[in-house]
Amino acid sequence: MRTIHQSSNHLCRLLFVVVLLITFAFAQKKPATPAQGKPAQQPTATQAIVLKGGRFLTVSKGVIENGALVIQNGKIAAIGPLASTSIPARARVIDTTGMTIYPGLIDSESQLGLTEISADEMTNDLREPADNVVPHMRVSDAFHAESEVIPVTRLNGITNALVVADIRNSLPGQTSLIQLDGGSAADMLLIRDFVLPLNFTGDQRRNGNGRSESRGGFPMTRMGVAAQLRQALLDAQDYARKWDEYERKKNDPKATPPKRDLKLEALVPYVQGKKTVVISANEPSDLQAAVRIAQEFGLKFVLNRIAHAQPVLDWVASLKVPVIVGPIYELPKDTERYDAVYRLPAELHKRGVKIALASYDAHNARNLPYQAGYAAAWGLPADEALKAITLNPAEIWGVADRLGSLDVGKMANIVVATGDPLDMKTDVKRLFIAGREVPMVSRQTQLRDQYTK
Amino acid sequence: MFPRTLKALVGVALCSVLLTALAARAQQEPPREVLIRNARVMTVTHGTIPNGSILIRNGKIAAVGANVTAPASATIIDAAGKTITPGIIDSHSHTALRDDVNEWTSPVVPHMQMVDAFDYTDKGIYRALAGGVTSALLLHGSADMIGGESVMIKTKFGLGRDQLLFPNAPRIIKFASGENPKRVFGDRGQMPSTRMGNFAVMREALQQAREYIREQDDYEVKVKRGEKDATPPKRDLKMEALADVLRGKMIVHAHVYRADEFLTEIAIAKEFGYKLRAFVHALEAYKVPEQIAAAGVGVTTFADWWGYKHEAWDAIPWNATMLMRKGVVTAIDSDSDDFIRRLNQEAAKLVRYGGISQEEALKTVTLNAAWTMGIEDRVGSIDVGKDADLVIWDGDPISVYGIPTKVLIDGVVFFDRTLPGLGTTFYKEGQW
Repeated sequence: MRTIHQSSNHLCRLLFVVVLLITFAFAQKKPATPAQGKPAQQPTATQAIVLKGGRFLTVSKGVIENGALVIQNGKIAAIGPLASTSIPARARVIDTTGMTIYPGLIDSESQLGLTEISADEMTNDLREPADNVVPHMRVSDAFHAESEVIPVTRLNGITNALVVADIRNSLPGQTSLIQLDGGSAADMLLIRDFVLPLNFTGDQRRNGNGRSESRGGFPMTRMGVAAQLRQALLDAQDYARKWDEYERKKNDPKATPPKRDLKLEALVPYVQGKKTVVISANEPSDLQAAVRIAQEFGLKFVLNRIAHAQPVLDWVASLKVPVIVGPIYELPKDTERYDAVYRLPAELHKRGVKIALASYDAHNARNLPYQAGYAAAWGLPADEALKAITLNPAEIWGVADRLGSLDVGKMANIVVATGDPLDMKTDVKRLFIAGREVPMVSRQTQLRDQYTK
Repeated sequence: MFPRTLKALVGVALCSVLLTALAARAQQEPPREVLIRNARVMTVTHGTIPNGSILIRNGKIAAVGANVTAPASATIIDAAGKTITPGIIDSHSHTALRDDVNEWTSPVVPHMQMVDAFDYTDKGIYRALAGGVTSALLLHGSADMIGGESVMIKTKFGLGRDQLLFPNAPRIIKFASGENPKRVFGDRGQMPSTRMGNFAVMREALQQAREYIREQDDYEVKVKRGEKDATPPKRDLKMEALADVLRGKMIVHAHVYRADEFLTEIAIAKEFGYKLRAFVHALEAYKVPEQIAAAGVGVTTFADWWGYKHEAWDAIPWNATMLMRKGVVTAIDSDSDDFIRRLNQEAAKLVRYGGISQEEALKTVTLNAAWTMGIEDRVGSIDVGKDADLVIWDGDPISVYGIPTKVLIDGVVFFDRTLPGLGTTFYKEGQW
């Protein structure tokens, strides 16, 4: 077995192990990967890069056979058929004949930069177990830009990802969108703290469901979790009101500002519908309970996961919100046909729902394109499958002006590969992030080369 | 007169009962001859036939090629536009064991038999079947240095327990070392909590098994000499299982991650005179491929899983292909109720990571897996005389687009995607 449950520990022993692990982690993690290294001398303002020849999957405007693309100042400066695209003088021209070129892939939920070695808790910053409602936590504060997992992931063409805290808290902290290259967290955190997960899958019974995590406190049931959520949202509304009142009376010398509460402050833009809540649920009953709460409070929301929502897909479509669906590898229920989850992306698309896919992982985030490929195998049109990991997430997350397609003016996040982006036989040959050509090197390629004689 | 009529009547009645019984039996039995034709056939051992046919007789492959003739009575399956591969074989699974994977109350439990936990009604078997898996090895977990005896199955979902057991399967035992036993026993302040503890516990158990064999041998010598007072040694199930390892009656699968541990395992096997068949997981095997090849040990591993613990930190997706280039028989396995459904995709990853051919990739989840399980002469390729365990695929099986449309085991269709409901031919919804 890959993992086996940990049994309880004696404190002394634990402390000893902790010290050892810290020592070990420092000893281990020091060697810097050149791939991660210094950012880029950004391509100088004058030197353009040209990808000349090959098949360009623009995503927004179909396929250009035998095309050309010009990168300048980190952006796409031109794209079109080779014959009609003017190539700037003194450009660095890369022959991409025979290659397939497509926009960098976007993972709509990952744990990149929050974990290094899953079994080693010292390397995990996924979840705060003592509290269930922690909207004031920000993954941007923990994001480990130098994680070795990031170069491994981007070598499969993933250039952007949402970094999301662990699902086992109801409001686990705010999500950031990263770029998978850069000199530091400051460079790589493209948008900080911009959406908030609201998880209602049955796994958030903070204080135990009578089994492993029982601490005997509230909440331990779904109704407990729901009540806790409603109270938190009410408190945030109340908090916002108090501040509004204060703002109105500010000029009154007797007016005193309310005490600041970081937790409620974090929730305010969500209860005011200014920021988006990402609702995760799988079962129809959980999904509907969570959506009820969101609607009661007028939250702006998108849906996430919904792996077992097959019986209520028409209702899902009627909500007119995008859905991050998956993982496609989620096991169906024992009563379901084996392909119930495989078909879900296609079923949603058929109902007019805008979908995106996500890895929900760190180490396996690199396999995101194969989820899209499998969705295509099970009936999702191939161009829609590619969209679900490029333009659709860019639109859902509000970054379509910068990411998600090969269009002039967008950030030059571009993948050059040997063929179909969705098939695992395809090899990624070159990668550009913000116009910089990222070396095709990771800790894994270094080990491969070291042991290849 | 009367008695004669009666006799005749009884005779007729008996005959009709017999005939009904025979007819019922005939329905359950595989059609005697099946011809699958017009397909792209990936044989694994002798290339890919672009437009080939396979004749199945009594559950075995009777002929394969571009020109196969079949009697008019044969059942025809037209597979135009489809690809046929051997049934997928998973050399490492814990499915259908009702979560009873590790008896971790002691680090040495060779007397555990996974067949005692095997649940033939588990829907995991159905989902594996629908993913093209026809045989699987269900192993003990890795909490213990010496785990129990595996159960090998064919995924004939819908039939009874005994019909799912792989007939005359080789006996396979699970060994393990490294982080898992360290953690399980170390957390309790028990031995082994270190790698040296791991192997000390293992050697100790093997030494005891040697003593056990010696006692038995001594007894047999006494019996032969006709010594009347010779008393048989007390039977000990634990020692009996380990003695069978030392006597070469059990195949050993050793769960090992780190490079140094392969060398230790090889040395211990040599010291005690047993044979290792396969290293399991083996994520750092690429660091010592020559030593593994020289010891004649195979590897059953993952395509690209990594990072889930320290000993999986140096895992690289080129592991399998680097081993294959050094002549190590390498299989890709699932170790997962999820991955068992799409092992063909895991194999396809090797085409990218290491640039092997699609046929070589397919081999890792068919013939090579069979070799690690000691059944390579019976399944794992499309060759005359082998079991007719076959998958008919929509789309290219060595890609993300391959989907099994029909799965045959011993020449009988057990899964058909086009059927309504679950797509199973024997299991009826609500049966259990």
